[in-house]
Amino acid sequence: MTAPVRLDGHTAGALGAGQVAAAPARRASFDRPILWRILSVALVLGVWEIAGQIPINFAFPPFSEVFAAFLRMMADGSLPAAYAETLKPLVIGVVISTVLGVGLGVAMGLSRLSEWLVAPVFIVLQAAPMAALVPLLTFVYGIGLLSKTLAVILLALPVIALNGYKAIRNANPTLVAMCKSFLGTRRQQIVKVIIPDATPVIFAGLRLGVAAGFIGVMLAELLITPTGIGDLITYHRSVADYAEMYAAVASIVVLSALTLAALQAFEVRVLRPEKRGS
Amino acid sequence: MTAMADTATLTRPAGPAAAAKPDAAVSVRGICKTYTDVEALRGIDLDIERGKLTTLLGPSGCGKTTLLKIIAGLIDQTSGEVLVNGRAVRGPGPERAFVFQDFALLPWATVMRNVAFGLELRGASKTEREEKARHYIAEVGLAGFEDKYPHELSGGMRQRVGLARALAVDADVLMLDEPFSAVDEQTRRKFQEDLIRLREVEKKTFLFVTHSIEEAVYVSDRIVLLSRRPGRISEIIEPKVDHRASPDEIRRDPHYLDTVESIWQGLRNYVE
Ligand SMILES: Nc1ncnc2c1ncn2[C@@H]1O[C@H](COP(=O)(O)OP(=O)(O)OP(=O)(O)O)[C@@H](O)[C@H]1O
Ligand SMILES: [Mg+2]
Repeated sequence: MTAPVRLDGHTAGALGAGQVAAAPARRASFDRPILWRILSVALVLGVWEIAGQIPINFAFPPFSEVFAAFLRMMADGSLPAAYAETLKPLVIGVVISTVLGVGLGVAMGLSRLSEWLVAPVFIVLQAAPMAALVPLLTFVYGIGLLSKTLAVILLALPVIALNGYKAIRNANPTLVAMCKSFLGTRRQQIVKVIIPDATPVIFAGLRLGVAAGFIGVMLAELLITPTGIGDLITYHRSVADYAEMYAAVASIVVLSALTLAALQAFEVRVLRPEKRGS
Repeated sequence: MTAMADTATLTRPAGPAAAAKPDAAVSVRGICKTYTDVEALRGIDLDIERGKLTTLLGPSGCGKTTLLKIIAGLIDQTSGEVLVNGRAVRGPGPERAFVFQDFALLPWATVMRNVAFGLELRGASKTEREEKARHYIAEVGLAGFEDKYPHELSGGMRQRVGLARALAVDADVLMLDEPFSAVDEQTRRKFQEDLIRLREVEKKTFLFVTHSIEEAVYVSDRIVLLSRRPGRISEIIEPKVDHRASPDEIRRDPHYLDTVESIWQGLRNYVE
């Protein structure tokens, strides 16, 4: 047999054409991603600075002042102390939600029984307006670490579990049939085909869950227990230190964004080798 | 049978389903299949000869994929039974391997791992399965692509990966569901020749589904024509194409053309 002919995008059939066409676009975005990202961030910060200088509102400080406030709060230790306070329930809550959520999601996707038992709970939880439930936690669990952690779990767990469930349920049936036809056991089918195939959607759920966890911890700190970053925001607003308030808000937004980006990078690096730039 | 090759009657309708011949790799006995409300197959009796290339041909929706998957043990029949090497089929088995129409490659695995996947599932050691996989990757013409991922390959190359994976598990019966439907005409012709060559080299039984009459006549030892849904066997044809001739000679050969034409006439009744 001679070497196979490489087909061009147009003759490769629907599947091949899509993939072939996608490749150059992907490579282009891999080429100078840093440059574009820096440019986009710089643009936003520039607009912020100008809007703050005009100013559009007396309570809207320019970026430079906010950044100075950020450095001040880092130096006097108030920001690190607040983060220590905020991150504890966040990390504990997200870790528990991840383990429990992925576990339950996979179980629901694989077995009808656990689907019937567990899925309705999460569907209701996901539909419920969580901000209304968070204050209730205070009555039951007080204002400590426990209720903050529970707030994180309450927000993060349903989305992680439901995404895991959907991911497993929608695992490519042809791949499952392929595994069966090559005599894969049920266990091999789950470990070698269904879970890897579901990974991107599970991770999408994880990213949503982590974002929801940030919301949960902020809600808890703003609504229940005035501690951590939430307290910092409330306090600086009450004394009209708007630059400090914005610094606290912006820092948590940046942290959340960086966490999600790290999660995505981890997924591509470790779990989906084919998506690495070649 | 051989004498008929030179006569004008290239096509030979088979008699009523005969008792299983001793050399039948697969015997299909009275297979019926009804999906909840669709009757897909009705009373299929068929012997698939060992070492031959048998093609299932018929209008879209007549149950070709269904029949192939029942033989593969991937779906259950409503009634009837399938014997492979004389034993009733209860599910997939090591003596059968399937090549999927949409390739069914693991997108996160390299060509090497994909081709070796059947062996991996059987618990073969890494060195053993990679050695075998390497051999079949070369055999289907993909040497040098071992470390590529499926999305880096063209449709035709992906189908070759699926073919190599099926060859690597060393099954007696290879089942291919429209393997060439996603490739262009040139690649398709190349594939057809490869298939004919593979059948000679590998000495396996091939069961092949296609939509193309020309392709069926070109590659097959036997063509099983299925009628429109519910699928029944309407005719069995042995094209007797002499593959020692060059592809171009074959495609201009009057016997070849007549066979194509007669199948077309037969199928037209269903299409119109
Ligand atoms: N899972 C299913 N549930 C219900 N009906 C089905 C299912 N699979 C196939 N059918 C029906 O059974 C009939 C035969 O389907 P099958 O896929 O075997 O046809 P086919 O001959 O392979 O068609 P094509 O040439 O288009 O691939 C079709 O009418 C189809 O609608
Ligand atoms: Mg089909």
